[in-house]
Amino acid sequence: MSSTTVNEAPQKVSLSRVLGPGHVWALGVGIVLVGEYTGWNFAADKGGTLAAMIICWVIGLLYTSVAMIDSEVTSTVAAAGGQYAQAKHIVGPLMAFNVALYLVFAYTMLEVSNAILVADTIKSYAGEDFTYWYHSGIEAAVIVVLAALNYRGVLMTLNVNFVITAIAFIAIIILFFSVQPWSQGAILKLGDMVTPENALPYGWLGVIAGFHWGIWYYLGIEGTTQAAEEVRSPARSLPYGTMAGMITLLVGASITWYVCASLMPWQYLGSTVYPLLDAGRLTENKTLEYMMFIATVLSALASANGCINDAARAWFSLGRDRYLPSWFSAVHPKYRTPYRSIIFLVPIAIAFAFISDINQAITFSILSGVLHYTFMAINIMMFRKKWPLGSIRRGYTHPFHPLPAIVLFILCVVTYFAIFLGYGAQLTAMVVFYIIMSLWFHFYRYQYVKRGDQFTMPWPKPQGY
Amino acid sequence: MAKYTPPQQDKTLQWVDIIVVVLAIFAALWLPLKMGWAGNSKVLEKIDNPTWETLGQTAAQVAQWNKLGYADAAAAHDIIQNKWDYTINWTQLIILAVALIGYFVFLFRASDKEYREVIDEKFNGK
Repeated sequence: MSSTTVNEAPQKVSLSRVLGPGHVWALGVGIVLVGEYTGWNFAADKGGTLAAMIICWVIGLLYTSVAMIDSEVTSTVAAAGGQYAQAKHIVGPLMAFNVALYLVFAYTMLEVSNAILVADTIKSYAGEDFTYWYHSGIEAAVIVVLAALNYRGVLMTLNVNFVITAIAFIAIIILFFSVQPWSQGAILKLGDMVTPENALPYGWLGVIAGFHWGIWYYLGIEGTTQAAEEVRSPARSLPYGTMAGMITLLVGASITWYVCASLMPWQYLGSTVYPLLDAGRLTENKTLEYMMFIATVLSALASANGCINDAARAWFSLGRDRYLPSWFSAVHPKYRTPYRSIIFLVPIAIAFAFISDINQAITFSILSGVLHYTFMAINIMMFRKKWPLGSIRRGYTHPFHPLPAIVLFILCVVTYFAIFLGYGAQLTAMVVFYIIMSLWFHFYRYQYVKRGDQFTMPWPKPQGY
Repeated sequence: MAKYTPPQQDKTLQWVDIIVVVLAIFAALWLPLKMGWAGNSKVLEKIDNPTWETLGQTAAQVAQWNKLGYADAAAAHDIIQNKWDYTINWTQLIILAVALIGYFVFLFRASDKEYREVIDEKFNGK
């Protein structure tokens, strides 16, 4: 391996194109599926069980818009960093810098929450002897082992993700059929758990408040775009993989809600860290219970694995364009991975796994995600304006423009308000952070960035410039 | 437009930049946790000597609580009675709205300024 110092230019070894649509699916669904094993249910806490179902579908609409928009832009701007590269070519460098930070925050904190989930799940079976140090040891081990896997190569990383994601998804399907969904009253008791009195305990304001956690049903599906530089055919694989992922998640989310809502009082559903594992327990079938235990752990591992992949590529992209020191843009000469970025983010993730709890880590991730989606709604409008249809070759053109962008923007505004209801101080702190980082970049760091070299797509000059 | 050549950044300053970013990340994530700002709008509506009835639980719901390991109403009391207070603090909401809108306005305006330089250099002002 060649050595570089912090001053040296990026190495000329590139990421390798080895991935297909299945890997894209494994990356997107792998990151997100854990949201059905934990997190979505906190929407029931904020608004009641019925609110969680309404939100499941409304937020599904938000993410369908995200997937449609993302598929068009990414199949055209196929570069590592995903939406970062899109922002750089369509909006400008400062926006790109912010988008990369959104991505790193969203994925790193998602990775943290996954590590906490693995430790919490094991702790729930381990008994009194499971001390803080065991808990922390598991969190650290999850992050370090998966970072090592990511270091070793993207193909192996996503092959592993494909297998464990598929197992975790099949487990939900098996649970669904095992509880005889066609026969309410046998095991499932939806009418007893969700009553007219408790369906919306906080009224419609609770439904809006629940949007905050509804994001967790699907947060991360847009991470498929991070693989853009490593898929063999971005124009084909990214739209197929992303849309197939959305369909998988919509089915999984609906099933998950139905089973959990039919088994648990809403107050418990809104507070548990592992609703599907609890659903397995409530069937009083040990095989189902242990299956859901394993699937909960696997879903968290798949998500953490994909998050390390995505966060590292966003950080790597910042280094490649000198938005951060170019030392981070090194690609491993043998494994062809952004290994320095992978390693750099490990201690940050471990530190937060030790100091935060799961719903706080999830909130941080969601906040960055919503800022990111707001950008995407505006980004697609600017993309269509600067390069109208026919002016450049698009891998995929999404239908109904600008409807998805408008829907996405409106739902983002509603979600900001939802986060404000309960987590307003955190949201304000995050916005202040991004303002400070933007000022730092615009007035100081940007002097070290080459200007014209940032625009790498073989496109004509944008209209209006 | 003349091609812009960035200044060479000293190695030490590059590490300073990395440290600044990492410290900012920790401040943004850790401070709300340390200050207890996270999810602080919940209120425990305490009921003395709770029963399943006073907690509003039906027989079917009690059966599920029992299966989940909550043998009596007292054990489930804090989960059931810990409720969100959605009273809107208008001052905080306005501050947040101003901060968010100001942030995005600055973001897009400053990005556009930088973007024009990129396009000018890339396409040589043509």
